[in-house]
Amino acid sequence: MPYIEVYEVSHAYDTPSGRVAGVVGVSFGIEPSEFLCLVGPSGCGKSTLLNIIAGFLSPTSGEVRIGGRVVTGQGLDRGVVFQDFAQLFPWRTALRNVAFGLEMKGVPKNEREEIAMEQLKLVKLEKFAHAYPHHLSGGMQQRVAIARALAYNPGVLLMDEPFAALDALTRDDMQRLLSDVWRKTHKTVVYVTHNVAEAVFLADRVLVMTPHPGRVKTEIAIRLPRPRDPLSIEFLDCQKELLRHLVEPTPIGKDAPRNGGIA
Amino acid sequence: MADAIGADAIGAAGPVAAPTPHRESGWRRVLRTLLPFIVVAGIWEAVSHSGLFHPRLFPTIEAVAAQFVRLTVSGVLPYHAAGTLTRLAAGFALAAAVGIAIGIVMGRWKLAEDTLLPPVSVAAPIPGIAYAPLFLLWFGPGNASTVLLVAFVSSFPVVFNTWTGVKSVREVWLRSAVAMGAGGWRLFLKVVLPGALPFILTGLRLGLAQAWRILVGVEMLAAVPWGLGWMIFGAREFLNTDVMLAGVAVIGAIGLALEKGVFERLERLTVVRWGMMT
Ligand SMILES: Nc1ncnc2c1ncn2[C@@H]1O[C@H](COP(=O)(O)OP(=O)(O)OP(=O)(O)O)[C@@H](O)[C@H]1O
Ligand SMILES: [Mg+2]
Repeated sequence: MPYIEVYEVSHAYDTPSGRVAGVVGVSFGIEPSEFLCLVGPSGCGKSTLLNIIAGFLSPTSGEVRIGGRVVTGQGLDRGVVFQDFAQLFPWRTALRNVAFGLEMKGVPKNEREEIAMEQLKLVKLEKFAHAYPHHLSGGMQQRVAIARALAYNPGVLLMDEPFAALDALTRDDMQRLLSDVWRKTHKTVVYVTHNVAEAVFLADRVLVMTPHPGRVKTEIAIRLPRPRDPLSIEFLDCQKELLRHLVEPTPIGKDAPRNGGIA
Repeated sequence: MADAIGADAIGAAGPVAAPTPHRESGWRRVLRTLLPFIVVAGIWEAVSHSGLFHPRLFPTIEAVAAQFVRLTVSGVLPYHAAGTLTRLAAGFALAAAVGIAIGIVMGRWKLAEDTLLPPVSVAAPIPGIAYAPLFLLWFGPGNASTVLLVAFVSSFPVVFNTWTGVKSVREVWLRSAVAMGAGGWRLFLKVVLPGALPFILTGLRLGLAQAWRILVGVEMLAAVPWGLGWMIFGAREFLNTDVMLAGVAVIGAIGLALEKGVFERLERLTVVRWGMMT
């Protein structure tokens, strides 16, 4: 049985100019410790879906279950990483940012700082434990954000284009690091991206969404052994297949994918 | 922070080094700061020695300095300054506490915002001294009305800035904090308050400047029997312009000391250190 079940989930935003569909009737499941990527053109509803799983938004219809329990709000069973570098608290050092969740849980100071330090080691930032976020580069800030989301040991990690704003080189490093972290921690990951190569590099399975309003179009299992070589023929084949699904015109969508889904 | 910055473990993502400001040599900087004052002092001296005005009305800097020393040694100036500072502290503390509280309530609750914003917006631009007669009638001349007026007038910038600060706390901080189990009071204390701090500090800084101005003004209205404002105003009767100028100099010095010594330091220790303000 899947660990996370998304069942017939729809969400409509209320705007001054009427209701706007975010996602429409999406269903899928995620196995425990699976790395799932959500890919789709801009505006198709990936973030909406992730925010529903995170509990920030409630679905207008349908439901999400995690470990059999219906999601009704935020919970410490899920860690969230956003795209925005500014998600870290600027008034806290890297270490104290990472320790925030544990502090909220009531873990004593010594213990939580020890755990936070472990997490910083995992993302290779132990040397910067006492630096404030504004002294860290974008990539380092995102690593702190990952450590922070992992520190209170949630079963699920939800990530919304965490590396989209980084330069290509840094992004490659980050993907490798995330892949390692995932193998060490066995988290169930839902990762939103519109970068095809990133999805093939990271995912066990990729869900391709249609243009707005988003539905699940296809899913593709990536069976390549890890660590993956982005220059191998097999990798490129996977990438091509994914891309084909992404740019293929769909009868439902009115707008064409604006950036072709390639980054 | 410099000690925390070393080689990056991954390499591609290096730390962003804080730019080191270009340092002028010490005495040059002092000279550059002092130069405008020296020019003004020179002009003043030229006029006061020229005999154009009566020396009682336009005293020389030496005379003012001598008067300053005399007043300080005799304890008159410290006495008045202490009285003024005590009122300032009381009034401003009240403004800070009440102003921050109201600003937060307005920033967090729509109903409070809708109710309070219109009256606050109308009352804020009215010059504080205009309320003075009213306060003197209501609370009688003396410390109570002075302190309350100072608190009332200086709370406006605190309210406005706190309100803006609370509204401008980033959504992504709130979301991350809530995702990590923060809520209620802890969300407020650990995220909303520090997130709004740059604005709150600006509000306090402006509030203090307001408080200082209104206080000296009210003291001149003879609401109180002592204080720097009272001293300056009283000196008018005996044409003691040197006393007035010594008083004005002290007022300027205290204002500057509060600004530089208290607020700049506070900001350096918090929001500047955190990169939330440069
Ligand atoms: N706060 C909002 N209010 C109104 N409509 C919204 C809001 N957020 C998103 N939408 C609408 O919902 C649709 C899905 O948005 P969403 O942010 O989930 O897309 P996305 O797939 O994450 O896009 P991107 O790749 O650009 O981040 C969009 O077409 C948008 O118009
Ligand atoms: Mg998005």
